[in-house]
Amino acid sequence: MTVMVTTRPTARQACSAWANRHRKWLFAAPAMLFVGLLIIVPLAWTVYLSLTDAQGSVRAESEFVGLANYLKVFSDTERFWPSVWRTFTFTGGAVAAEMVLGMGIALLLWRPFKGEKWVRVAILMPLVATPVAVGMMWRLIFDPNIGFANQLLDWFGIPAQPWLSGQTSALPTLIFIDVWQWTPMIVLILLAGLTSLSDEPDEAARIDGASSWQRFRFVTLPLLRSTVIVAIVLRGIDALKTFDILYATKGKGGGSFHEVETLNVYAFGLSFDYNDYGIASTVLILFFLLIIAIMWMVTYRRKGDRS
Amino acid sequence: MKRHSAVRVAAMAAAALMAAGALASCGSGSGTPAADKESKTLRVTLANHVWTDTVKSRLPEFEKQTGLKVELSQYGEDQLSDQYNVKLNAGTSEIDVMMYRPLQEGKLFAKNAYLADLSDDVKTNKEWGWADFQSGPVLATTYKEKVVGVPIITEQEVLYYRKDLLKKAGLEVPKTMVELEAAAKVIKAQNPGVAGFVARTGKSAAVTQFSSFLYSFGGDFIDESGKSGVSSDAAKKAYAFYGGLIRNYGPANVSTDMSWPEAMAIFTQGKAGLYTEADSLYKNATDPVKSKVAKSVGFAPLPAGSSGSKAYNIPSWALGVNEASANQANAWKFIEWATSKAMTLEIQKAGVPGARTSVWSNPAGISTYPADLAATIAASTKNGVGHDRPLVIKVPESRDIVGNPIVVAITGGDSGAAADAAGAAFQKVLDAEK
Repeated sequence: MTVMVTTRPTARQACSAWANRHRKWLFAAPAMLFVGLLIIVPLAWTVYLSLTDAQGSVRAESEFVGLANYLKVFSDTERFWPSVWRTFTFTGGAVAAEMVLGMGIALLLWRPFKGEKWVRVAILMPLVATPVAVGMMWRLIFDPNIGFANQLLDWFGIPAQPWLSGQTSALPTLIFIDVWQWTPMIVLILLAGLTSLSDEPDEAARIDGASSWQRFRFVTLPLLRSTVIVAIVLRGIDALKTFDILYATKGKGGGSFHEVETLNVYAFGLSFDYNDYGIASTVLILFFLLIIAIMWMVTYRRKGDRS
Repeated sequence: MKRHSAVRVAAMAAAALMAAGALASCGSGSGTPAADKESKTLRVTLANHVWTDTVKSRLPEFEKQTGLKVELSQYGEDQLSDQYNVKLNAGTSEIDVMMYRPLQEGKLFAKNAYLADLSDDVKTNKEWGWADFQSGPVLATTYKEKVVGVPIITEQEVLYYRKDLLKKAGLEVPKTMVELEAAAKVIKAQNPGVAGFVARTGKSAAVTQFSSFLYSFGGDFIDESGKSGVSSDAAKKAYAFYGGLIRNYGPANVSTDMSWPEAMAIFTQGKAGLYTEADSLYKNATDPVKSKVAKSVGFAPLPAGSSGSKAYNIPSWALGVNEASANQANAWKFIEWATSKAMTLEIQKAGVPGARTSVWSNPAGISTYPADLAATIAASTKNGVGHDRPLVIKVPESRDIVGNPIVVAITGGDSGAAADAAGAAFQKVLDAEK
């Protein structure tokens, strides 16, 4: 008869056994703590602020006002809704132009040619420039009186344009600047997608007598679909959050008529200029929800496609 | 099971400790750490300004005198505001001396208790002489009868003009608003590519330079009864006049985002004949390195409107002590040194108008100024108005409101209707602050 000897595990053994059982939590713990402290705490604080009338100083006494700030923001047709509209116009305009241009350039660079390396480097230049420096540079170029853009127009006999200083031309001009800077990123992503494609479907289509457009439209584009979606999502979210070039060219409030005031610029002005922390937090929370909603729609649609 | 819960408790305790540690480190700015008590390091935050350049060059002297080490942080105007917003909001003790704008942030900072009470400090040293400071600026750095700052730089609005262009037009220096408009018209007509008149056009930036026009037309942002004066007839006239000058005689395709750097650039590039701006920026126009028209710049008092020539005369910058600083005694030492009679005189000679009466009565104080500018400043100091923007707590928001009719007038819109709308909106701000 054998006797089962059960010895109590030492503390060390117990600890390592426990650690082993919970290793997935243990390994993830530092990252989770980090996320908790650096994302959830500030977010929760912002949600709290958005429910108060905090202004002047966040340490000053503030009253809990419930959803009053949200009601105020939703009924603000002077600054809030126009900035929502501008945010989407800017993002939509910029991303659409960048996708079309980016696709065109990527297709041109796809097939090897002489001097390819140099062309690629040149195209990537705007991408590595600092956005604030880019903003300052274009601000000088587009200066209505001493800027190069109007001098160029003058050589062709075209009358001077207000560019960034015009009420209606400022936003399209900024879309142009954004397109100038970020198209290279789209080119990079699409080019990576294109190079990974197999040549066979294209060759098959060619043998079947498909034209270049048909081969692009019915062969290349469908194969590239997931890459295109990734590019749109990445650039779209980035464009929604654009702040630097807007602020560098037009300053606080997005110009005297708020002509380029997007949600981001509006929220910045509310907190750093007006010291209205309650309302500013409300705008930021709404903006955050908006981005989450868009993200969710995009991922949801993609999941739907797969099934 | 028991062991598990023990470990769990330990883990929770550790997590709580870590969180507390993190929170404590976040909040460490708000306390008054004991280590700072006797600190020999003084942290001074200043704006980019000629004033700062001069003080900076003399800092070693102060450090030698006091044995303190000065850590200087320097920012542009907007960045300085943002820094204060973030740091003072968090209750930082990392700033001891702060350079601030009494009219822009003074009320807000004093209300938030960011500024230490200096009432006793200013009285202790008779030789330093608090009584020597001009009364207008002193009023602006006093909150609820407590002194919270020492004014360092004053500003008046003056007319910058091009002597050569006026001569070519056969005109005298404009003394009235009517003459100003006539001169602007002639200069623009005679010199293709040159504007008759230029001034700030940005909604918020233009408010201060528009204010002297408003006073000279008989208006003010807030009337005597404490109500909004923005929609008064006088204000409407001033809006239409200022905006009309820029619209009709200003640069082609004029931007509505111009603050002083842009407007000054147009003037110093020789692209404008007349320009109204703060006198404290005069070096930009008279320095041959920065200005193409350095030799032909003249200065004159603001032309008179229907109520005379009433330019603002304000303290644009002051020094204060952070209420949360543990180094307040040393901070005061720095202020006393930087605002002494000798330093104020030296800085004024470098081109920064000071806030002490003694430097203006002293011939050495104006020896480096162009003669016409010195005479102009003397005149504006006499009948100057002590504010150049609405004196409220919410200054930035109010500036956006009262500045809107300016840009509407510049772009050719109905500035009268805009003034009515601005009046109603500004009244709401005033009501809320009561």
